[in-house]
Amino acid sequence: MAEQKQQIEEFVPNEYSAGFVTDIESESLPVGLSEDIVRQISKIKGEPEFLLEWRLEAYRHWLTLETPEWAHVNYPEIDYQEISYYSAPKDKKDGPKSLDEVDPELLRTYEKLGVPLEERARLAGVAVDAVFDSVSVANTFQDKLAEEGILFMPFSKAVKEHPELLKKYLGSVVSYRDNYYAALNSAVFSDGSFVYIPKGVRCPMELSTYFRINAANTGQFERTLIIADDDAYVSYLEGCTAPMRDENQLHAAVVELVAMERAEIKYSTVQNWYPGDENGVGGIYNFVTKRAACRGESSKVSWTQVETGSAITWKYPSVILQGDNSIGEFYSVAVTNNLQQADTGTKMIHLGKNTSSTIISKGISAGRSSNAYRGLVRVGPNAENARNYTECDSLLMGDTCAAHTFPYIEVKNPSAQVEHEASTSKISEDQLFYCKQRGMDTEDAVSMIVNGFCKEVIHQLPMEFAVEAQNLLGLSLEGSVG
Amino acid sequence: MLEIKNLHASVDGKDILKGINLTVKPGQVHAIMGPNGAGKSTLSNVLAGRDGYEITQGSVVFKDEDLLDLEAEERARRGVFLAFQYPVEIHGVSNIYLLKAAVNAVREHQGLDELDAMDFLTLVREKLQLVKMNEEFLYRGVNEGFSGGEKKRNEILQMALLEPALAILDETDSGLDIDALKTVSEGVNALRSQDRSIVMITHYQRLLDYIVPDFVHVLSDGQIVKSGDKELAKELESKGYSWVTDAPKAGQTA
Repeated sequence: MAEQKQQIEEFVPNEYSAGFVTDIESESLPVGLSEDIVRQISKIKGEPEFLLEWRLEAYRHWLTLETPEWAHVNYPEIDYQEISYYSAPKDKKDGPKSLDEVDPELLRTYEKLGVPLEERARLAGVAVDAVFDSVSVANTFQDKLAEEGILFMPFSKAVKEHPELLKKYLGSVVSYRDNYYAALNSAVFSDGSFVYIPKGVRCPMELSTYFRINAANTGQFERTLIIADDDAYVSYLEGCTAPMRDENQLHAAVVELVAMERAEIKYSTVQNWYPGDENGVGGIYNFVTKRAACRGESSKVSWTQVETGSAITWKYPSVILQGDNSIGEFYSVAVTNNLQQADTGTKMIHLGKNTSSTIISKGISAGRSSNAYRGLVRVGPNAENARNYTECDSLLMGDTCAAHTFPYIEVKNPSAQVEHEASTSKISEDQLFYCKQRGMDTEDAVSMIVNGFCKEVIHQLPMEFAVEAQNLLGLSLEGSVG
Repeated sequence: MLEIKNLHASVDGKDILKGINLTVKPGQVHAIMGPNGAGKSTLSNVLAGRDGYEITQGSVVFKDEDLLDLEAEERARRGVFLAFQYPVEIHGVSNIYLLKAAVNAVREHQGLDELDAMDFLTLVREKLQLVKMNEEFLYRGVNEGFSGGEKKRNEILQMALLEPALAILDETDSGLDIDALKTVSEGVNALRSQDRSIVMITHYQRLLDYIVPDFVHVLSDGQIVKSGDKELAKELESKGYSWVTDAPKAGQTA
């Protein structure tokens, strides 16, 4: 058995194929955080007064907060004065232009990452907003979408063109008072994606934002806001990568979703930020606040996430089920290898009547990593007949990793039905030997077994990304079985 | 086909196989019988290349290659097949996915093109008949919720698909009722051929009524203590293992 472990460890380290750096001149603000920096960001972006005021309020509030320490993760204290809060490829007048004008070096970067920015790549059927460090650099299919009245644009453009929508919805789901990182993001966010689907419109293609951190010593603080008006539908996907660097980088995003009457939002994430090396050096700190409000009756929000990257992942995509008969779903695969740490899960807040939620969480731990599921199911006093089903499964590889489950259940209405199931298993040597005896090599066998374990979640992903996610799972765990 | 010479193997420092000698020629069916703890499963695991066994002495040559030098998957691709005593369940992986991956791994080794989904389906449907399995089995998780008989039939289905040169059947009869035993045996018999060797490992003589071996060997305390034809199995059945295991070991008589 020891022999097998040794043999398997030869496959490590696995390759992080997105780890290259794009050699492009960028303009960054000096490191450090102050009211002045917040003002400068707002000025660079040419923002209206109300937004600057909002940023400053958030910043002042952030100053009164302390780093949250309840998560099951360990890391050295972050020096917020050592981070640059804005970095953009040079020679940007304002936001993205047509693709012909985009720096070819940038196009090549996204090509290398397998992101179709060329609109001729119609087979993919995906509209992409590409966010490079702090700004959006390309945004495809905008015209086609505009025909349907759909707004899909960089956040900074929405600020200028649709301030009334921003005023109405920004911070309405995640207040800057929500938590430490949400406050920080609200003060210094630089770009992100904005989506508005008008009443009765089914968005005809997948919308996607591709986040890329390139510059060193910068943080990425993006903000995504998606509004599906009455009877609207949208499926949205985000992907993330970053170069391999020895220092940790901070990614503190905020995502707000609003679903009105009978609207449906499907939000999928394939997160592959640089996880650090096998000794835990470098990697992204992924501290993200994601929340959806099912405001309208019979609305539905579904979060699907495949989290394979980042040194530390701290995120809880949640749904506030306000509208009667609204539905919240959370499907998650979180993989940790080497010294990665993840504390992730969801919150389902049942407020309306006949609301239901489903949570399927699959945690896979390998190496010396730590993987925690943390979830809250809260049923308010007026939420008659609320239902929740939760399933948390953990898969351990080897005997030096850890899996934890922290379920919180608060029920204030006696008609609620809340179910929780949990399991922990290991990839057994029996399974591996069985596959090998049928001619499969270890890597293929591990990949197959892991994909089987995650099947229910992978099935939720849009077709184009399910394949990518499956490959990613195999890569992230290459050689990690003992 | 297979030549085992003076094979010694141990697990965690404890000697289990203590000098096995066995020659299996193409087309032959050998039965290896023996009491519990004799080393039967160890022998099949060592031949298939399972980790955790230390080979302390001896050699195993399979089709002119040193088998012990190869990884488990390399042996499988060269035609060594083990029908497991306890086939494992793999949650969420459909049976057909595993079967196709296995067949294509072998084909790739043989320099053949991978079978696509349609060709594979045609092939697997034909083989399903052999073990009287319903197509629905293909789409269930690997061995998930299969009965004992279904698991064993699934093993023989894999053997039929992979067409191995050497099939090792490890206690294929265990846990089977008489009907399932018949089905499985008929499947195996249909796979007997001039160029395929079969090594059956079993505790009971019962299986040998259905799959009639050319040779029977008795394994005891890590050595083959007696060899003969199918009559030996009958004799064992009536006299018990103590008849051979308590007798002086073959070749050690004065």
